[in-house]
Order: sequence, then C-alpha cells, then structure tokens
Amino acid sequence: MHTYPAWKIWLVAIVLVIALLLALPNVFGEAPALQLSRNDRTAATEAGREQVVALLQSKGVAVENSYLEADRMVLRFDDVNARLKARDVVQEGVGREYLVALSDVPRTPGWMRAIGLKPMSLGLDLRGGVYFMYEVDVQGAVKQLLAGMERDYRMLLRQERIPFAGISNNGQDSVKIALRSGDDAERAAAALRKQDPNSTIDTDTLGEGGSVTVTLNPAQVKERQDFAIQQNITTLRNRVDELGVTEPIVARQGVDRIVVQLPGVQDPNEALRVLGATATLEFRLVDDQNDAMQAEQTKRAPLGSKLYHDRQGRPVLLKREMIVSGEQLTDASSGFQQGEPAVYVKLDARGASNMLETTRQNLGRPMAVVFIEKKRVKEDQPCSGTRAGNECTTEEVISVATIRGVFGSNFQITGVMANEARELALLLRAGSLAAPLYIVEQRTVGPSLGQDNIERGVNALLIGLAVTFIFMAVYYQAFGMIANVVLLTNVVLLAALLSMLQASLSLPGIAGIVLTVGMAVDANILIFERIREELRNGVSPHAAIGAGFEKAFSAIADSNITTLIAGIVLFTFGTGPVRGFAVVLSLGIVTSMFTALVGSRALIHLIWGRQRKLERLSIGMGY
Amino acid sequence: MEFFRKKTTYPFMATRKVWYVVSAVIILGSLVALGTRGINFGVDFTGGVVLELNFPQAADLEKVRGSLEKAGYGGAAVQSFGTARDVLVRLLPEKGADTNELGRAVLAAIQADNPGVELRRTEVVGGQVGSELAEKGALAVLFTFILILIYVALRFQWKLGVGAIAAALHDPIAILGFFAVTQMTFDLPALAAILAVIGYSLNDTVVVFDRIRERFLSMRKGTSEQVIDASINETLSRTIMTSFTTMLTVLALLFFGGEILRGFSTALTVGIVVGTYSSIYVASALALDLKLSARDLLPVQKDQDTVDDMP
Repeated sequence: MHTYPAWKIWLVAIVLVIALLLALPNVFGEAPALQLSRNDRTAATEAGREQVVALLQSKGVAVENSYLEADRMVLRFDDVNARLKARDVVQEGVGREYLVALSDVPRTPGWMRAIGLKPMSLGLDLRGGVYFMYEVDVQGAVKQLLAGMERDYRMLLRQERIPFAGISNNGQDSVKIALRSGDDAERAAAALRKQDPNSTIDTDTLGEGGSVTVTLNPAQVKERQDFAIQQNITTLRNRVDELGVTEPIVARQGVDRIVVQLPGVQDPNEALRVLGATATLEFRLVDDQNDAMQAEQTKRAPLGSKLYHDRQGRPVLLKREMIVSGEQLTDASSGFQQGEPAVYVKLDARGASNMLETTRQNLGRPMAVVFIEKKRVKEDQPCSGTRAGNECTTEEVISVATIRGVFGSNFQITGVMANEARELALLLRAGSLAAPLYIVEQRTVGPSLGQDNIERGVNALLIGLAVTFIFMAVYYQAFGMIANVVLLTNVVLLAALLSMLQASLSLPGIAGIVLTVGMAVDANILIFERIREELRNGVSPHAAIGAGFEKAFSAIADSNITTLIAGIVLFTFGTGPVRGFAVVLSLGIVTSMFTALVGSRALIHLIWGRQRKLERLSIGMGY
Repeated sequence: MEFFRKKTTYPFMATRKVWYVVSAVIILGSLVALGTRGINFGVDFTGGVVLELNFPQAADLEKVRGSLEKAGYGGAAVQSFGTARDVLVRLLPEKGADTNELGRAVLAAIQADNPGVELRRTEVVGGQVGSELAEKGALAVLFTFILILIYVALRFQWKLGVGAIAAALHDPIAILGFFAVTQMTFDLPALAAILAVIGYSLNDTVVVFDRIRERFLSMRKGTSEQVIDASINETLSRTIMTSFTTMLTVLALLFFGGEILRGFSTALTVGIVVGTYSSIYVASALALDLKLSARDLLPVQKDQDTVDDMP
C-alpha cells in the first residue's frame, strides 16, 4: 500500500476542472463579425442594438448573434458574405451614428462571455496586422516649449511696456532676453518671476544693455518630455480609434518609444496616413488684399503674408501672424449649422482670447485652417515642402471659411462639404502631436500568412505531441500512458493560463508550447528512471514509487529553476514575440512541475496505490 | 522497453582528455568561423527591409532581381522562401535612406513587373533599433550566465558552478559557429532559442550534478572519478530519453513550423545535441579536473561539529 494525502488528489481535481473551464473558450473558433462603435463616443445601447438587428433582418441579413461589449456593439454572422452584405446595410442605414469595423470574434457562448472567459489572444503574426514602433523626439517637445515661452515673454514684455532687443532660446533649456538697459533687465526679471515662479531666472546687468536668462530646471524638462510622450500616446490612440480597428494596442515602451499594434489592418500605408501624419494645425487669416495668383507667378509673397497652397494645388495667401496653433485645440466635432455642414471647435483659454480678438476685428473675412505635416527625411531624399536640416515640412490649406461672428473658445467652421467636415473634425479631434514622431520599426503580416502560421504552429504541436505520446507509451508502458495524460493536462493548463492572462500568443509562443511538450516529460522521465533504479535494487514496487518521487524531486526542482532563470531574463530583455516565448516557457516550467510532481503521483496512486499486493510495475522493464 | 537493460559502466571520465580536444576543436572552429565568415544577421539586428512575397505561380527569381536592379536596388538579396512561389527580398539600410519609403518603393518595383504578387509580410527595422536589439540580446545572455552561475554556486559548489558555466558557454558558441558556417540567417527568435538552450543545457548538467552530490555522500570509498562516472552512468538513461523527446518535438518544429521558425528550431536542434554532450564531457569533466572531492559537497554542519569537539 502506498499512501498519498487525499487533499492533494482533490487539489489536482479542482485545478483540472478550473483549467478545463478556462481553456474551454479556445475550442469554439471565430466568427466573422462587425463591431459598431458610436461616432459620438458614447456607449452603444441595448435599444440601439435591437434597432440595428431589426434593420438587418428587414433587409434579409441573418445575424447569428449580437451583444454589447466594452461600449461597442458586436454583430456575429455565419459567413463572410453575410457580413459584407450587413456592412453595406449598416453603413447605408446608420452609418452616421456608428463607426463600422470588420473583425473576427470568438464564437464563445454568452454565459462564458458573461463570466469573463476568453480564448487566448493571438499575436499579430498569427492574426495578421500592422506593428509600428515610433520614436518620440523629446528634444523637439522641449524646443516647442521654449518657442512657446518666447511667445509668452514677448507678450508679457509688451504688456509691461519693457523695450527689448531680442529673444532667443538655446534649443536646450533656456530662453535669453536681450534688453536695452540694466534697469529694464531688472524690471523684466521681476515680471518674469511673477509669471514663472518655478524657473531659474538669471539677470545679467553687465555688458551692453543687459539680459535675462530663464532656465528650465531638469524636473521641468523631464515633465515636458513625459507630457509630450503621454500626449502623443493619447493622440495616437484617438487616431487608432478613428481607424475602427478592434483591439488595438498603443503603449509606451522604454523612455521615448511608442508601440502601436493594429490587428487585422492589411494596408499599412492607409494606417500610416492617419497615424503617421505627425501633423499640427494652424488657424490664420487669409490675405484677401493681394492676389494669390500673382504671388504664385512671381514666387514672392507680399510683406506680412505667406504663400500657401490648398489641396488642389491652388495658391492661397495667408497672413504670417498665427491666430491659434493646433496645441490650443481641446475638442472638435462635426455637425450641421443651419443646414450647412460644420465643424465645431473648442479652444483652450489662451487660444480663445486670441481667437476672440481676431474675429472681433475681422468679421466677414475669410480664415484658413492650415494642415502642417512634418516628416523626417534624409539628405538625398526629395521634400515637397520646405526643408530644415533633415526635417521636411509640408503645409497645405485644408479649409477656407468665412468668419460669421465673434467667437472665443467655441466656434464652428463652415463652408466645407459634409464628408470634409467629418474628416476635418476627425483630424482636429485626433489632436496634434506634442512632439514629432518617427517610425523606427514597422512590421506587417498579411492575413493569409497569419492563418498559415497558425496551421504550421498547430501542426508542429500535434506532431510533436503524437511522437512523444507514442514514444512514452512504448518505452514506459502503463507509466508512459500516465506521463501522456499528465502531458495533455499540462497543455490544457498552459492554455488555461494563457487564456486567463490574455498574453498575446505569437508564433514563437506556439514554438514555446511545442518545446514545453518535449521538456515537460523530462520530470516524468526523471521520476520513472528513479523508480526503475529502485526496482533494480530490489525495492518493492510501492516503496519504489515513493522513493522515485522523493529522490527525483531535487533534480527536477534544480534543473527547472535554471531554465526558469533563462525564461525570466528573456522576458525582462525581450520584446514582442520573444517575450511571448519567454512567458510560455516560464509558465510551461511551472505547470509541468505541478503536473509531474503532484498530478502524476495522484494518478499513480489512484491506479496502483490501493492494490495491497503489487508484484510488478508496468514501467517498461524487461523483467 | 529499455535502452540500458543493465547498469552501464562506461568510463566517461577516463577518456575526457580526448573530449577536451574535441570541445577545443568545436570552440576554436566556431570562433574561426565567426571571425572569418561572420554571422548572417537578420534585419532584426542589422536594420533594413524584408519583404515576403507570394507569387501566383513559381517565381522567377532572376526576373525579380532584374526589376529590382532596374529600380536601383541592385543590392537586394532575393531568395526563395519555403516553396517556389514564396520569395524573400532583403535589403540592408543604405546610408541616409528612409527605410519606410524603401519598403514601399521596392514593393512597387516588383509589382510593376509581376502583377498578382501578394505581399505576405514586411519588416522594416531602423538601424538604431537593430543595434539596440543586438545590445539587449547580448545583455540578456550575459545576465542569464551571471544569475545561473550564482544559482549553481549557491545550490552546489563553485567548482561545479564553473563546470556548468563552461558547458553553458560552450553551447551558444557552438550554435553561433554553426550559424557562421552555414550562413543561415540569425534572427531574434534564434537568439531566444540560444537562451532556451542555455537553460536546457544547464537542466541536463544540473541533473548530473544532483546525482554527483548524492553519490559523493553515499560512495564514501570511491575516488572522485569513480563517483562522477557512476553518476553519469546512472543518469545516462534519463539524459538520453529527455534529449530524445525534446529532440522529437524540436524536429517537428523544424520540419512543420515553417520558414519563420527555421532559425529558432535550427538553433534548438544544434543546441540539444551540443547541450547533451557538454553536460557530460565539459561540465562534469571540468569539475573533476578542478579537483572536486567529497569534502566540497559535505553538509556545512561539519564545521560546527569540529567546533563542538574542541576541548
């Protein structure tokens, strides 16, 4: 008789039941679906769902299932054709209310969704999609801040009526104001201290006229940089939302990087056009006193104006003075103003006061919205706009509209087409980027390759499992079968953990599962070999089982910990798919130790433990 | 079924000098190959552009090369990838070129002459990111070594720790040597495989060491060489079994896992072979030549006993 505590058997049983439940959602597969999110960014409602379903049914499109999930409405269909038809119906019927995205959703039953059970989330290499890694030019963010400070100081000094010779910044952390006298310098410093109590202000009254230098402290610089990254992440997230991608990822990585993952997106260029526009907007008055065509021909703009072009390439003359820049926008939406399509814009306090002043003085005159795109190019590359160093800036006028009234923080832009209004609002709402972004890495996986990768990974897993099964059964006979049951349990446990953690499974992750299958039997092999040794030494079968498990324990623990160390290091240093591999490897070690040490012992106990007389063990020994 | 019906008594340690020479040849050969041929690093590490294309029928590689040359990308490497219809185009980043634009231009050039080409996958990695990934990879390998050395030294003994690390160093060098000789592309998954091999190889080593520790305590009369030989023989069945099952699954990956995992599964296949060998002939043999003896592995209380016995 060999004893084994009952609670351990129960523990195994309970873990197994929970694991089966957690892993279950993976067997249902996926269904083609539409995901509808409301344009006004409010949550989709039950009533709205019923309305859309009724609409589809009236047009003869069968909805297999529909439900609300994370503020979105999910409509499932039996096949891809039904989905395509449904998309047209939805876009025609309620396209103004909802943003429609195509996606594949798990076919899990409602009760599973209700208790939060989800299948494993697949990585981009398995699902197809686009991956971008952006680098944020944090120094650029600081430069923007310094330029803003220059603007503020100019205004402040004018208000205080302090004459100054010039204002410049060093591009790093300080702004220097050159003044006309030492006295002015003192006055300027006092005024600046009142406005910026946190900055370091040095006054130099010696030399010609004297100067005041405002230096940002390191904490301010860092704060600005963090803010720039955070705002860029928010902006990118907004833009991604506008793309209608389901389950996108926008996350900070390291000090100055942002990773964007867009599952299911097939054309990276389309995504790049929306995401990659490292754009800002500016509002300027149109110079309607001078002829733009003439300026175009002579290539010379009149004093105080600058020549721009609209999207059709037509010349437009705008005033040099900027009314509002993109970073002063806080919100935008599209709608109708007296039957005319319009874009509603909201500004922050500083932008609002500028706008109020400008509109008051320029009623009835046209104002333009300039879209400015910045791109980093290399020396030998062409740039259609203006080049400064390796930065290429293209500016185009996206809308010219007439100022119909005096306004401040809230106003609307009219004179645009309905679809243009929507696009403009989108661009405005998606926000400006606080600092330039550069793509440093881009990966695209086509959907067919993703499907192939899944098939290959699953094939390798099944074949790996099959050969291991056969081999273990032949070599260790009944004990080999136990190892196989344990191995299968291990795969279920791993699937359960991966489903629970929702760590994205990539191809290297599947490879990790396959590798785990090969290595997981190691613990059982160690135990079985020990049992055989004990039997060879003439120990009774029951005692041999006990001794085998006991003596193999230290080897199993020590050897697994070394692999676990490698797994954890890999997780710490790795990124993307490699990280997925590390997660699977580490989890696989933990689950295989549990299943081999506790699970297989429980199973052996249940089968042979209660046999009083055990002559021999079916462990593949020739005697 | 048993591979070893009786207890084996192979005198592993007696021939260790021969195997030292073999190991030295493997290491030196790898280093020479690394020095002369170098590793064919993938875009993960070098930066650059990779396009995987699927042609409607068997691809004419010469024609693809021709269209690329015409468009001014003569430096592109074009090779078939798995099947005859799949083609991989690889470009190293030229100085001063925008890699994103490069990818788009290359695709356009090929599609102009070969309508119906499907883009299966693109990877555009900036040079900066590439060198960072390489740096991080090297750091990861270094950290793994340090942590494992600490662990083995704490759990066992420093002589065994040195043996384990020598064996663990031996394996990645041999794998890198293999990649240098074959000029297979070494990518990020292959690096992950190397780290997994370090863990795996140590796994093997530690199992043998565990037995050595046990045997030193139970075979008080045996010489160090006898104890180590006995330990290796007793764990031989397990060592071979585990390597065999792991190898079976890794071969499944190598043959059925597709091209993307080729570097990964190749590194693992080579790693399992050299890892199994090194845990016997490098780790244990080195510990023996560092004069590992029973005294090194006796429980620590011994010291306290002598203190207690003092008058």
